[in-house]
Amino acid sequence: MPTAVDRARLRQLLREDAQLVEVLPRAEYRDEHLRGAINIPLKELDAKTTRQLKRTQPVVVYCHDYT
Amino acid sequence: MSPRAASRLESIGFEQVYDYVAGKADWGSAGLPLEGQNGSETRASAHVREDVPTCRLDDRLHDVCEQLDESGWDTCFVVDDQRVVLGRIGRRAIRGRADVSAEQGMTSGPSTIRPSARLHDVVERMRRQNLTNLPVTTSEGQLVGLLLREDAERAVADAERTR
Repeated sequence: MPTAVDRARLRQLLREDAQLVEVLPRAEYRDEHLRGAINIPLKELDAKTTRQLKRTQPVVVYCHDYT
Repeated sequence: MSPRAASRLESIGFEQVYDYVAGKADWGSAGLPLEGQNGSETRASAHVREDVPTCRLDDRLHDVCEQLDESGWDTCFVVDDQRVVLGRIGRRAIRGRADVSAEQGMTSGPSTIRPSARLHDVVERMRRQNLTNLPVTTSEGQLVGLLLREDAERAVADAERTR
């Protein structure tokens, strides 16, 4: 089961080279995103689109907020 | 949305999956940098004056005013140990210089904005409410600094010129 993290834990994970993925649509990613994040919209999330991610490193996903 | 994305990643075979559930709204409201077409440069955080004076509840108003005279500022924020804003010493209190504590002289619960507030919206609000500045705090209430209307208006005008 995925682990929910807060801002402090996210910052720690980023220091440990976690990969950051924004899962919002492209337009929202273009508008603003966290530094270093790549964009894979939820609707496109599959084995092919996630090939760019390293399976040996943590992956953190996020969207806009709790909604 | 992100919980579904996290579960999807696990179903694909990723084993170390984390979900930053509060998302970029939380990140931006803490004053942390955002990139993109409407990234941090278009937000309050990029133009805030971080050197605005602060004092504690039990500081004497007279001493606070003397420090303000030296600094050139005409306002001061009353904060706690965590820099959470408790009140504001305004011009009227500074002019009066009563022999009271900062707590007695302050205005409690000043209106604030988040670092991620869009400058364009902030300028509109300042004009509508005839405000010359607005304090910027994180979502936890910690003081980031003071956004001056002149700085915000200049930044918006510059952005419109380069668009």
